Amino acid sequence: MSEPNVSAAVSPAPTFSEALPKIPMDWAPLLLVPVLALLMLPLVGSFPTWVTLTIAGLAMGMMIFIMASGLTLVFGLMDVLNFGHGAFVSVGAFAATLVLLPLRGWVEADSVLLNLGVVGLAIVVAMLVTGVLGWAFERLIVMPVYGQHLKQILITMGGMIVAEQMITVIWGPEQIPLPLPETFRGALIFGDAAIEKYRLIAVAVGLAVFVTMFLVLNRTKIGLLIRAGVENGEMVEALGYRIRRLFVGVFVAGSALAGLGGVMWGLYKETLTAAMGSEIMVMVFIVIIIGGLGSVGGCFLGAVLVALVANYTGFLIPKLALASNILLMVAILLWRPQGLYAVVKR
Amino acid sequence: MSELLLELSGVHTHIGQYHILQGVDLAVPKGGLTVLLGRNGAGKTTTLRTIMGLWQASAGSVRFEGRDIAAVKTPDIAQAGIAYVPESMAIFSDLTVRENLYLAARQGEMDEKRLDWIFGFFPALKKFWNYPAGNLSGGQKQMVAIARAIVEPRKLILIDEPTKGLAPAIIQGMIAAFKELKATDTTILLVEQNFNFVRSLGDTVAVMDDGRVVHAGTMAELSEDRDLQQKLLGLSMDAHQ
Ligand SMILES: Nc1ncnc2c1ncn2[C@@H]1O[C@H](COP(=O)(O)OP(=O)(O)OP(=O)(O)O)[C@@H](O)[C@H]1O
Ligand SMILES: [Mg+2]
Repeated sequence: MSEPNVSAAVSPAPTFSEALPKIPMDWAPLLLVPVLALLMLPLVGSFPTWVTLTIAGLAMGMMIFIMASGLTLVFGLMDVLNFGHGAFVSVGAFAATLVLLPLRGWVEADSVLLNLGVVGLAIVVAMLVTGVLGWAFERLIVMPVYGQHLKQILITMGGMIVAEQMITVIWGPEQIPLPLPETFRGALIFGDAAIEKYRLIAVAVGLAVFVTMFLVLNRTKIGLLIRAGVENGEMVEALGYRIRRLFVGVFVAGSALAGLGGVMWGLYKETLTAAMGSEIMVMVFIVIIIGGLGSVGGCFLGAVLVALVANYTGFLIPKLALASNILLMVAILLWRPQGLYAVVKR
Repeated sequence: MSELLLELSGVHTHIGQYHILQGVDLAVPKGGLTVLLGRNGAGKTTTLRTIMGLWQASAGSVRFEGRDIAAVKTPDIAQAGIAYVPESMAIFSDLTVRENLYLAARQGEMDEKRLDWIFGFFPALKKFWNYPAGNLSGGQKQMVAIARAIVEPRKLILIDEPTKGLAPAIIQGMIAAFKELKATDTTILLVEQNFNFVRSLGDTVAVMDDGRVVHAGTMAELSEDRDLQQKLLGLSMDAHQ
């Protein structure tokens, strides 16, 4: 063990060798995104196409991040594998229709203010519904199977099937259109490159969610407790905090975020199906595994990488598009078996 | 003997199907330092974890200030005034030293004066204040773990083998800290295999073997009586001399 540090602190005359060691920052995963993007530029060939593909990838990555962020924390904090997380995505999107369809006039109005207002209201409703649903889901479905992974997988998948069927019962089996508000449509033209407005909005919302989560996790006591709990929940309890309350809070917040992701994803596709949540879950799981289970930063990077790779391969080698996520996951796990940012566990 | 702060009587603890504690009787007098000795696997850590509610006692009572806490949940036991320094230290490596201590301070803000007092024993903590605790050396991590337990006044501190693998210089700082804590009326239950380290510190002593307390008495008595030491500590003594 490196006792020199200690004696250095005690001794009155510090010398050069006793200076504080630098904290090594793990840059390599962060560099993956720009390196990947730049490598693809010559392959794609056309700069405007490359810009479009990259922005589309970033937008999709942000939406996946919003959907996945809660799940990775739930796993990190309580070791709970929630295969039903996708239900909150679907329910969130359908809950948004409760606002967006009756207030169609606001959606179709050529007014940024009305459009923002109606989408904001839809998001609030969707997050409230999925938050409450998450709370019930945790009580009824997850709590009885703490510590039992196989049962968790089975029962949370069951929960998702029930949720999807409920959507079908309420909204019918048909696809439902979810029109994008008037002023969110269209593209901004930069030189030869066209960038869809909604993609920029998605990137902005995703960044806002990430920055907020980052600040909460680093600057607030609750956030520090969550990070401490991910590492060693037992010790958090021994310090006098109820980890269970923290967990319920994280579960509810994560469900509400999945609901937000569902609204954004629904507006992006402009049609809703009950299975949209379960369909995106494969990608969400790949993202949180790539990122390192329990790591929000890793989840963010993983989401951006997965979406970019999917977009680039979809353009360059369409036949490989479906397999690209799996290949990316294999490559990253070969490099870092615990994911990009491994989370220390007790 | 003086008033008891903590008293275990007939405590049994099962871990899975294993019957680990088999009727532990342990008395911890208020304001003193009680040393829990015993060879590897005797059940010392299990005893501390049972007190903390991290394992559930299957029989017997754990009285803290007269109240039976055997069925109380860990956070409430901590709130009642018991702090725990586990054998593994369990510092939060992703958090800075400051954040580790900040979470241990349940009142909200940390008391500057008390921090300075702690830095007096463990100067490295001040130096590495805003440094991720995971990057510290083993000895420094142990300082974080102990500082976390004393960042606010607690009634009872459970400490599990703090000297394991540490250099003598750090152990001196620890002895100073424990002595001053005793002076502030903090009760300490210290698990230790290194008899020479606790000889000067302990007031009372209990020796465990095979999930039971096989000897309890004063430290003075045990450190006088070489025959008793031989009999009780046998191998673990020789290993440390
Ligand atoms: N999680 C566990 N599962 C099964 N058995 C355990 C577990 N933890 C401890 N034991 C067993 O309980 C007995 C007592 O262990 P304990 O850790 O309390 O001993 P100890 O006195 O602290 O030993 P040491 O000095 O090595 O730390 C040992 O036989 C050990 O193998
Ligand atoms: Mg032990």
